[in-house]
Formats: sequence, structure tokens, C-alpha cells
Amino acid sequence: MRTKKQSFLLILYFILLMLPIYWLINMSLKTNIEINGSLTLFPDNFTFANYIKIFTDASWYTGYLNSIKYVVINTLISLSVALPAAYAFSRYKFLGDKHLFFWLLTNRMSPPAVFLLPFFQLYQTVGLFDTHVGVALAHCLFNVPLSVWILEGFMSGIPKEIDETAFIDGYSFPKFFISIFIPLIRAGIGVTAFFCFMFSWVELLLARTLTTVNAKPISAIMTRTVSASGMDWGLLAAAGVLTIIPGIIVIWFVRNHMAKGFALGRV
Amino acid sequence: MDKWEDNKAWFLVVPVFLIVAFSAIIPLMTVVNYSIQDILAPGKGVFVGVEWFREILSDSRLHGALIRQIIYTFSILAIEIPLGIMIALLMPARGFSSSISLVIVAIPLLIPWNVVGTIFQIFGRGDIGLGGAFLHKIGIDYNYASDSVDAWLTVLTMDVWHWTPLVVLLCFAGLRAIPDAYYQAAKIDGASKWAVFRFIQLPKLKGVLIIAVLLRFMDSFMIYTEPFVLSGGGPGNATTFLSQYLAQLAIGQFDLGPAAAFSLIYFLIILLFCFIFYTFMQNAEKENG
Repeated sequence: MRTKKQSFLLILYFILLMLPIYWLINMSLKTNIEINGSLTLFPDNFTFANYIKIFTDASWYTGYLNSIKYVVINTLISLSVALPAAYAFSRYKFLGDKHLFFWLLTNRMSPPAVFLLPFFQLYQTVGLFDTHVGVALAHCLFNVPLSVWILEGFMSGIPKEIDETAFIDGYSFPKFFISIFIPLIRAGIGVTAFFCFMFSWVELLLARTLTTVNAKPISAIMTRTVSASGMDWGLLAAAGVLTIIPGIIVIWFVRNHMAKGFALGRV
Repeated sequence: MDKWEDNKAWFLVVPVFLIVAFSAIIPLMTVVNYSIQDILAPGKGVFVGVEWFREILSDSRLHGALIRQIIYTFSILAIEIPLGIMIALLMPARGFSSSISLVIVAIPLLIPWNVVGTIFQIFGRGDIGLGGAFLHKIGIDYNYASDSVDAWLTVLTMDVWHWTPLVVLLCFAGLRAIPDAYYQAAKIDGASKWAVFRFIQLPKLKGVLIIAVLLRFMDSFMIYTEPFVLSGGGPGNATTFLSQYLAQLAIGQFDLGPAAAFSLIYFLIILLFCFIFYTFMQNAEKENG
């Protein structure tokens, strides 16, 4: 049923979508002289100098390591606490369940700017300031509710009879949950991990406020460099390109389930 | 699906409750605390009642930010939702081309928000950016750093570029969930393309569209990073939205009292909208289930 016109429009949209990213890649492969000198669609003097600088300068590449560390910690915490909670929400009626669910949802929706200052003070008081765990915990504010929300959607798609049968067969709850239920919602767990990764990876405001040196994320290092060293556009572009790559890799792995995950497991 | 009634399910929820409460309730209480006191020095506050609320509610810069925020949020919804539906309808349904399309569409969503700002900062510059240079070439005097309309349009374009893919993916998921039988029935009845869209696809998309509007509304209501990177909320305060203004108050000027009062009002607005959307969503789910 697809017509040529449809494909044409879609490709046009993709070109518009990719154009700014292409320009970033283009810039990252140029020297600063060429960037400031003339507008060229392809780099004249192809150079990897910007990338080499990032990979050899510790103040740059530790930023990536910091980001990856807190993103991974966050994903692990979010998944491990959200799994049982999502099960409770999808299977049980209990006192205050609807209110609790709504309250969780509001945390996903509340602006981080509101909590900025108290966060700073709280994390300093409890000694989590400028640690990877601290940032990961702060990101739980929006990732845990989101995980519960998505997982609940996926779990509600599994008929309750499976649980009942397993319990009749003498499975204890933990054994049933780990050996039967979790394999059934593999796709949902994958999608949830992807979302935790994504929202933790792209967030800047909290990550920047809660770190100074030891856990400073790459995105914060980028903003600092822009204001400090004048405009090193090539380096900035290269750093930007490197922040996109992890995203593309994870998208490829979850591409078939991603759309359902965006619909929070509800289609 | 009937659920089991058992209050012991609370034990499964306790870890989530604790971890979110740590990051949500303690800071929120601190904000409440600040909003009714004048902090003279650390640990030395004077109770001032609703003084800060009165001050912040009559702050004309806040009114400006709020109006800009509302216009902005409704503009992006008006563009992104129809555009997203349209593109989702164009996407190939299965096969390798479908996978590739999904990956391409999703890429902007995984770029850190400040990098999105950087991308458009570079792309839009007249001297080194493709977009800016192109606009100059066709005779438009475009400069997002000095012209407030240009800056506003750039932030808008950036948001459409960045977040329309989310709407596309949601609608794509919604469209895939429509059974083929519906289309076959429509074909037998000789329904036009428009009729298929209006009476089959659109109603089936209702659920995902509510989620799309909810997420886009909320996230655009707290937009901070992208305008911050692009132009720091300027020129002037053309792109100073609520979160920017709040950050200026709290971290820039360290006006803790007014900032806290503002935070609470901001939070209540969000809570209200969240409740409205949540109710809609619950009702839509009930209709479907």
C-alpha cells in the first residue's frame, strides 16, 4: 500500500533529522582553522586530532567513565527495586495503591529545578555529594517511578493464571518470581533498562549540581570547556559525537521492543 | 483483570517507597521550610509566613516566564503531536526498513540534552553552522544570540527536532497494535483513507496519544538545559522559562525564600496537570480494557 510519495516524505524527514547530527560529525573531523575559515560540507583536512585529545586527556575521558558508572549503578538500583513493586501494583489491590502510584508518577513529572538546592544540601549532609552513587540515587527520583510504570504495563500483559498455577505447584514466591516470572517479562526488563540508561545518560542539571570533581559527568565537562577556553568548536563537536554513540548502540539492541516501551508497555 | 486483595503487597513496595521518598520528600520538606522563613545565616531563620508567596506572586518577571512557558508548551504540542502522527503513518510496518527507520527516529532521544543544545548552537550560527549559513544565503537575517524572535524559534525548532520522535514511536506502537481485521473490514466497506484514519486509527491511538501529550507537556514544562546551553535564557529573557528563572533565583541570586515559594507553586501546577492527565489515562484504559 506504500506509495512513492510516502517514502519520499519519510526520507525527507530523516534527512532533516540527521542534518544537524551530520554537521556535528563534520565539525568534529575538522581543524579549528578550517571551521572558522570557511564553510565546507566535507572536511578538507581530515583530522582525528579532536578525538585523540579526548581519549588521551584524563580530564576528558574520566568524564565518560563517570557518566557510565553512575548510569549503570542507577539502572541496577532502579530495576532491582522496581521489579517487586511493579509486581505488587499489577497483581494486588492494597491499601493506598492508587495514591501511591500517582505519587510515584508525580515524581517523574516534577521539575528537577525545584529540588536543586535542597538536593545539594541533603547530599552534602549525608556524604553522597560528588560520588557516583549519589548521582545514581538522585536519578532514581525519576527513573524508579518510570521503571515501575513500564514494568507494571508489561506485567499486566501476563495472565494471572500463571502465578496461580505456579503457587499450586508449590513454588515459593521468590523462586516463582526469579525462575518463572522474570524470564516471561524479559523484553519488558530490557526496555526498562534501556529507559533508565537513557534518562540517566541525558540528564544534566542534577548530575552537574551534585558533582564537582570525582564524579563529574562528561556533559558537565563539555559546558565548562565551552565557557573557559573560548570556543574550541572542533573539540566540543567531537565530545558531542562521543556522547551519541552509546545511545545508538543500545537502541540497536532494543529496537524491536522500543516502541512498546515508549508506550509504557501499554499497547 | 481482577486483582488479589492483600495488604502484604506493601512489603514489595517498601524499597521503592524508601528510595523515592529519600530523594523526594526530604527535599520537598526543605523547600517548604525555606518558603516560610527568611534565612539570614545557616541555621538562623526568621518566620515570615506567606511573605515570600506574596512577593513571588506579584513578581512581573515570573509572570513573563509563566506566559512564555505556556505559549511555548502549547506551540510545541500543536506542532509535535500532528507531525508525529503523520510520520508514524508513513513508517514502514515491518522488515528491515522498519528497524532502520525506528533506529534513525530514536537517535535524537538518546542525545544528552546539553549536547542537543550544542548541536543547534553550532548548526544555527551564521558563520560556522549549516542552518544559519543557509538562512543567510536566502536573505534572512537570522541570529539566535541577538534577536529574541530568532532565539525563541530556535528553541522551538530544537524541541520539535528532539522530541517529535517520541510521539512518532508512541504512535507507531499504537498503530502496530491495530489488528489487520479492522483494515480488511474497512476495505470491504470501501472506506476512504481519511475514513480509515478518522474512525479506526485515531480512536485506537487515543491511549498512546494521552501518554504522548502527558510526557511532552510535563517535560516541556520543565525545560531547562537546552535553552540554557543555546543562549543562557537570552537574549534578554526571551527564552527564560520557568525552570530557568527558578535556577536564576535559587542558584544565581541565592534568594532562597522566594525561590522556595516559587518552587512550591511550580510543583502544585505540575501536580494539578499530572492529576488531570492521570485521570484521563485511567478512564481511557478502562474503556479499552
